[in-house]
Amino acid sequence: MMSQPDRRDELQVKNLTVGFGSRVIQHDLSFSVRQGSIFAIMGESGCGKSTVLKAMVGLLRPVAGSIVVDGEDYWSAGHAARVAIGRKFGVLFQSGALWSSMTVAENVALPLQMFTKLSVAAISMLVDLKLSLVGMAAAADSLPSELSGGMRKRAALARALALDPKILFFDEPSAGLDPITSKRLDDLILELSNGLGVTVVIVSHELPSLFAICDDGIFLDADAKTAIARGSPRNLRDRCDHPTVRAFMERGDAHLRVNGINRYGQ
Amino acid sequence: MAVADLRSPLWRLDRGGNTATLVLSGDWVACDTGLRGGDEIRHILGNARGKSLRFDTSEIGRWDSALVVFLKMLRDGALITQPHPVEVDDTGLPETTRRLLALAISERGKRQHPDKLATSFASLVGGKALEVWKAAGGAATLVGAAALRGGAAIAFRAQMRASDVFQLVLEAGASALGIVAIVNGLVGAILAFVGAVQLERFGAGIYVANLVGIAVVREMAPIVTAIVMAGRTGGAYAAHLATMQGNEEIDALEVFGISVFDLLVLPRILALVLMMPLLYLYGCAIGLFGGLVAAVATTGMSVATFLHQLQGAVSDSQFEIGLAKSIVFGALVALSGCYIGLKTGRSAADVGHAATSAVVAGIVGIIALDAVFAVCANVLGI
Repeated sequence: MMSQPDRRDELQVKNLTVGFGSRVIQHDLSFSVRQGSIFAIMGESGCGKSTVLKAMVGLLRPVAGSIVVDGEDYWSAGHAARVAIGRKFGVLFQSGALWSSMTVAENVALPLQMFTKLSVAAISMLVDLKLSLVGMAAAADSLPSELSGGMRKRAALARALALDPKILFFDEPSAGLDPITSKRLDDLILELSNGLGVTVVIVSHELPSLFAICDDGIFLDADAKTAIARGSPRNLRDRCDHPTVRAFMERGDAHLRVNGINRYGQ
Repeated sequence: MAVADLRSPLWRLDRGGNTATLVLSGDWVACDTGLRGGDEIRHILGNARGKSLRFDTSEIGRWDSALVVFLKMLRDGALITQPHPVEVDDTGLPETTRRLLALAISERGKRQHPDKLATSFASLVGGKALEVWKAAGGAATLVGAAALRGGAAIAFRAQMRASDVFQLVLEAGASALGIVAIVNGLVGAILAFVGAVQLERFGAGIYVANLVGIAVVREMAPIVTAIVMAGRTGGAYAAHLATMQGNEEIDALEVFGISVFDLLVLPRILALVLMMPLLYLYGCAIGLFGGLVAAVATTGMSVATFLHQLQGAVSDSQFEIGLAKSIVFGALVALSGCYIGLKTGRSAADVGHAATSAVVAGIVGIIALDAVFAVCANVLGI
């Protein structure tokens, strides 16, 4: 999907600082995510990507700054307003986080039962649709413990889609998946984003995924504790001159080249 | 969310020649305007029988899953309309809807249902019996392993970590002092109070010391202490090991070749077997003190009389029986907690079940073993 500058901003992050106690993880982050785009939050392991995501989905109160969804400030809103904003979110956790004592179908049905007044038959139709969108309809009656890692991710994606979210958050979607399954998940994310028109925010350091699907993004640095580059992963790879970003995008080879040592002896 | 300005989802079927056109209008938003389907699908397909079904979505407003569900049911329904199949022509649909429909490939008939279990009475009874037999075998194996590895542990040949043992001894010992004191003290006081009321009618108020002494030392202190520990520590062991099972931590130990029994079960048995006799003696002291206070308060006898009477009533063998019981109960609580924790499933609910059944098994086991002790002591004339 090509980025379209005329699209409005679905999500704005303004001067966000996140941390635990007196320890600052990331500070002064400001960026906006356009409606319909697939936005990457990149960075090395441990730079605070997931912590930023936690603040964005409402699990961790930021130390400072605001997160504005559709013109509403999430963290300064009251509890009821926060729940209403939260209903626009779908979150796919790193390990799926399926509720282990419920079947896959029950996992997808629970948010529908809690937040809508739909009949049992209607909910089961919607559950069937969401599961077949991710190719998991055959496993509807399985328990999460009976599924493989990739299937668990897809089932969790169906659950994240349950309430037709406007924004989908992915925490390391390809972590623990083989390249083929990971590619399939990428295609699925792309298809769903195109089909449903949802905005996607991905936290990841899987380069092939980032290059394949993301059209915008931000690069967080662990040392500077803030964003050091902005743009789509492909753009950053081709045009960004910052040494950390280059090293990340070229899997560390850039460092070697700078020092005059080429790993391949060329 | 402005629900007010949403229109309800509508459809209209225009028929002409070989084609039927389904005109969709209104807003199709699942959470707000609901779903359409069921009989309407059959109605549409019935009226479009033998024709090509087209779509006109020019009047449609907002849409989400509700529309896709509707279209998917139409498509899936059309496939099984016999003998005059409906040919669905999706070119009139928005591009994005077509993509989603393509993604939601029908998996009709592929849905796996878990194998139906036999439900006749005989098979239920048989299944239960096999389960009990298997559980008994597992428990026996564990007791055997405990005996074998316990010997190794005493000879310092087991793969235990001293820090684990220390931590577990602390949790099963010092941390339990408070609750063991409260429960035993109250039980002793209640015994003295009830006993005094009855015995004073016969002018035998002084024998309340004998009653409290024998009951507390021989029965109440070991049983009450063990039940408290079953609820407190047995449940904790089961929940801990069940959670480790769910996180694949047990699998990780097995892969390394580290003995799960030595590392996890043995320290727990050791901790309870070491601490339970001490807690028993402590519980005895508090129980007798509780009895003393209640007896002095209700019958007005002097403290010295009570103690003198007590000394004559409680022989060493009573303490020996109590100590033997407390050691056996300690091993039982630790073994049942660990056994249930290790053989549990991997979900969050299984952890809850494991804790519950460990406590239940512990309490039932304690009472049953106490009955065995009573019979043995009777035969041996102790």
